[in-house]
Amino acid sequence: MGKAGREGFGQALLELGSENEKVVALCADLAESVKVHYFAEKYPEKYFQIGIAEQDMIGTAAGLALSDFVPFATTYAVFAAQRANEQIRLAVCYNQANVKIATSHAGLTCGEDGATHQALEDIASMRAMPEMTVLVPADADEAYEATKASAEYDGPVYLRLGRVPVPALTKGVGNFEIGKARKMREGKDATIIACGIMVERALLASEILAVQGIEVTVINMHTIKPIDEEAIIQEARKTGCIVTAEEHSIIGGLGGAVAEVLAENHPVPQLRVGTKDTFGESGPPEELLEKYGLTSEKIVEVTKQAMSKKNNVNV
Amino acid sequence: MANVKELKQIATRIKRDIIQISSANTGHPGGAIGAAEIIAELYFSRMRHDPKNPDWEDRDRFVLSNGHTCLALYSAMARTGYFSSEELATFRKINSRLQGHPSRHDLPGLETASGPLGQGLSVANGMALAQKLRKSNANIYCLVGDGELQEGQVWEAMMTSAHHKLDNLALIINWNNIQIDGHVKDVMNIEPIDAKFKSFGWNVISIDGHNLEEIKSAFDQFENNVGSPTVVIAKTVLGNGVSYMENEAIWHGKAPSEDEAQKALDEIGESNFENDLIFN
Repeated sequence: MGKAGREGFGQALLELGSENEKVVALCADLAESVKVHYFAEKYPEKYFQIGIAEQDMIGTAAGLALSDFVPFATTYAVFAAQRANEQIRLAVCYNQANVKIATSHAGLTCGEDGATHQALEDIASMRAMPEMTVLVPADADEAYEATKASAEYDGPVYLRLGRVPVPALTKGVGNFEIGKARKMREGKDATIIACGIMVERALLASEILAVQGIEVTVINMHTIKPIDEEAIIQEARKTGCIVTAEEHSIIGGLGGAVAEVLAENHPVPQLRVGTKDTFGESGPPEELLEKYGLTSEKIVEVTKQAMSKKNNVNV
Repeated sequence: MANVKELKQIATRIKRDIIQISSANTGHPGGAIGAAEIIAELYFSRMRHDPKNPDWEDRDRFVLSNGHTCLALYSAMARTGYFSSEELATFRKINSRLQGHPSRHDLPGLETASGPLGQGLSVANGMALAQKLRKSNANIYCLVGDGELQEGQVWEAMMTSAHHKLDNLALIINWNNIQIDGHVKDVMNIEPIDAKFKSFGWNVISIDGHNLEEIKSAFDQFENNVGSPTVVIAKTVLGNGVSYMENEAIWHGKAPSEDEAQKALDEIGESNFENDLIFN
């Protein structure tokens, strides 16, 4: 088993401590959970514990950014994107403040803590904000690269990190670049566009489909905003049907972003794998993913449905 | 560094600007007028800042948390040279840099957007932490309204200021006891505010917010205080100096008519500091 996205983040942030003198970090009482503790232990003077006060943490991070530092504000996805939503809007985005909001425990794989802690709407709310860049890395290596790229990029970034380990998938798959999708597999029959932990599941689905004689492209859409429109349009032209897969509500996240691009540029059948209009619940991550339809088997099934819609259109 | 006599003239100029601009363009005159002396002291005497070099790293910073009182800030920024005073006429109009609540977009010298209440102290804390980290002796001044203290985030931020020993930060409360729905004590009582700040570990100074000697003395004490953040509880009168506005909640967000504006200007009196704005 590989590492969790949050581990890649923690390692990259630790390195940034010596590579970039402007990088500082803040946390709201979840230092070890979000893996900011490596940085905190090595650079205590550049680490600010704010306590259980996420709204204050975001504002404080904005003040540091407006004073030319590059702050990484860390907590769980639900407490940043949702608890501190308006602080992110005003103090970070409207101010064009160079704040990086790094959140872990996003999605169902937050697990036993239950629906209260499982952010399934955070991509939608962050994506809607002007100035915001939204990154959802697929594995620890990509989280590492996304963290480094965020520090280089000048502007607000929402970095969504997973809690559970994911096998290494992205090492050697070209360079990581914000806004540039990564093609993980090439096929002509359908295209699966995934982000976060669902990239692994999309690749597993592609193997199952290949055995059945169906060749699909798998796109790792690590940047939800600005989304790689060119890659989406190209795939729509090539395979003629799209499946999106995300550990997030099907409303407003990756699926929504892809649908917007398709509708305005090259409409083709699209189906969305993700949580429906619902909250999650307590349970082991794997069982939750199974119950809410975020599995490779589900992606296989939905991909075939999308292909049949394509055929119907052609008739 | 302006003296008290000069600052009185400057505060009068700021009040005249507020009346003229709000009358012509809408806006929130009451609280802004009440903050005129505090803003005059900060922009014309206390703060180390350079309108010609607004991004100067070691500048003192002013964070207006209750963004609706921005007319006082815009007047001070114009009159210290961040932009032409003629531009004040664009306030709240389309394509203006002078938004109804402050925006940093294209407006050098404006430190942070504000308007949604309760957020300024957090941002000011971040700026104060940054100056400590840079080993700069720049100070951060943050102005809040008294009603604004009902926002929970302010109390989170109050803990942060004290916990991180931000003695380079002064919070000023524009204490006029008025908010939109009435008197603060009736809407949601926040007293005793001095005891609350003391118990949170702050250096507490209470003053008459229109008395320039007391304002100067409070900031002197702030500059000499070590190890804790300072709060200046400045008792002010909403619409101070305009008889029909004073202590009337309606003037929180209502602009004076042309006749009302003339009466207000007559009562505020002339200023020998720069000229009146000319509106077409």
